[in-house]
Amino acid sequence: MRTSLGTPTASAILFFFLIVALTLAITYWAAKRTRSTREFYAAGRSVSALQNGLALAGDYMSAASFLGIAGLVALKGYDGMIYATGWLVGWPALMFLIAEPLRNLGKYTFADVVAFRLRQTPVRIASAIGGILTVLLYTIAQMVGAGNLIKLMFGIPYEAAEIIVGVVMLAYVLFGGMIATTWVQIVKAILLLCGATLLTLLVLARFGWSPGALYSAVSGQFGQEALEPGGLVDNPLDAVSLGLALMFGLLGLPHILMRFYTVPDARAARKSVLYATGLIGYFYIIIPIVGFGASVLVGREVVTGIDKGGNMAAPLLAEALGGTLFLGFIAAVAFATILAVVAGLTLAGASALSHDIFVSVVKHGQATEHEQVRVARLSTVVFGILAVLLGVLFKGQNVAFMVGLAFAVACSANFPALLMSIVWKRFTTAGAVGSILTGAFLSVFLIVISPTVWVEILGRETALFPLKNPAIVSMTAAFLVGILVSLFGRETEAETKFEDEKLRTYLGIGAE
Amino acid sequence: MKSARDMLASKELKDLIRRKWMVSVILTVCLFVVYYGYILLIAVDKTFLARKIGAHTTLGIPLGVAVIVLSWVLTAVYVLWANGSHDEAVKSLKDQVR
Repeated sequence: MRTSLGTPTASAILFFFLIVALTLAITYWAAKRTRSTREFYAAGRSVSALQNGLALAGDYMSAASFLGIAGLVALKGYDGMIYATGWLVGWPALMFLIAEPLRNLGKYTFADVVAFRLRQTPVRIASAIGGILTVLLYTIAQMVGAGNLIKLMFGIPYEAAEIIVGVVMLAYVLFGGMIATTWVQIVKAILLLCGATLLTLLVLARFGWSPGALYSAVSGQFGQEALEPGGLVDNPLDAVSLGLALMFGLLGLPHILMRFYTVPDARAARKSVLYATGLIGYFYIIIPIVGFGASVLVGREVVTGIDKGGNMAAPLLAEALGGTLFLGFIAAVAFATILAVVAGLTLAGASALSHDIFVSVVKHGQATEHEQVRVARLSTVVFGILAVLLGVLFKGQNVAFMVGLAFAVACSANFPALLMSIVWKRFTTAGAVGSILTGAFLSVFLIVISPTVWVEILGRETALFPLKNPAIVSMTAAFLVGILVSLFGRETEAETKFEDEKLRTYLGIGAE
Repeated sequence: MKSARDMLASKELKDLIRRKWMVSVILTVCLFVVYYGYILLIAVDKTFLARKIGAHTTLGIPLGVAVIVLSWVLTAVYVLWANGSHDEAVKSLKDQVR
């Protein structure tokens, strides 16, 4: 099969400019409404449940899940589906365990919740370390993925692609803050869901609307193994560890948690999670059909011929089914996906720098509104430039490994402290700081000595740590350190505040 | 009408908090059974999921979809409860506080 992938076609450029023009128009409109910090970080808490549900889905459905899972299913078959389920199960856990207290106790960032009854300075600094580390790792994965993708699809050099993403994304966040970022996510989520649905319908149409016929074709070409679980999940301990990281990692992703402050109250927050879970679940149910369709209708050799990791399976399928016009559309949608996710991450990183470090630690909460917005914008620029530089620096790194690392750090550093701060009266400042730092550094250290880095990247014989994913050890350690350190010293002020804040935590009285 | 202090000490608030966490914990346990049941099934007995249920369709495919659908159903159960009877209880307590 000949493909026009890699050469900038008129349709791809047209769709690309349409999307950029639309999102910049939104930014222009949003910029006029972004004056206060409440508007910059939380869209004035005026986002509806459905809008936030779409935006949450937009934040979460990255290029890794669209192109990555389609590619994984196309090349490996059933194993790709195991990933699809893992990416979803964090959402119900987020709802059951932290949604309401998170909404009621916080203001702009999850660190507000961790720190609400503890000593501000040490907890804010530790939370910012955990938060920024997570956001940076996630950003590196997205930027590296973006550079490769844009290079493959439009044929522009990697470094130029990084700068384009950086500049457009900065325009959204810098001028439009959370209002623009939310609407960019909504536009992207709708485009992505429509694109994936169209691809699925076109695949099913080829097989007489029968998934069974599609699976028979897969089995005929690649053997029955393509429809059976393969080597992805072998060691039960490793499987559970990966599952923990995917499930609880979501509960520690700052850019997702931040979205809870854009809705008016806990009730709307719950509804938005229900919408998001439905949309993301639907997306993960149809994506394997796209992947299987690509393996049969495009062929595995063609897919790996363009990109070894299989990331181009979905765009190639689009071209096979709908010609260059559809390829252009899907390519532009993938680009919008990356822009939106990086914008969300930048806003989260900037809020940790400005709200948690500058306002709460440096200024002890005594900054003027004008000063806060200025610092927030400055942090955005710093973070945006950092994202581009890291994207260039980490060129050629394995993206899946970076995402895995981000989830491992999120579930080990951020989630345990957040949960204990919400549910456990005796939790202390020292316990929180110990838990966050243990989780952050232990997860990074264990990944370095795990098979993924020690053997595959550093080329040593055997790994010092047997599991590919450290969550089961590092998350447990973070909880243990938090509990033990807290038990060693009492913090009566924190305990009193815990009781006093119950009206806010559970009834929403005084929530912002 | 109650003062904030009385409300904090009240049995109604304690019951509400206990009920909230009971629902959360039960649903979380269900989620764990569904998801880790699926993952451990793959790790321990691959032939079970490789069993054919159609010409070539394997049992693993509908089971994977079922994990996603059940996760959403559990989320929906929570929202129905929380935005329904739970929110009514929250509102009535909230109205009692001066």
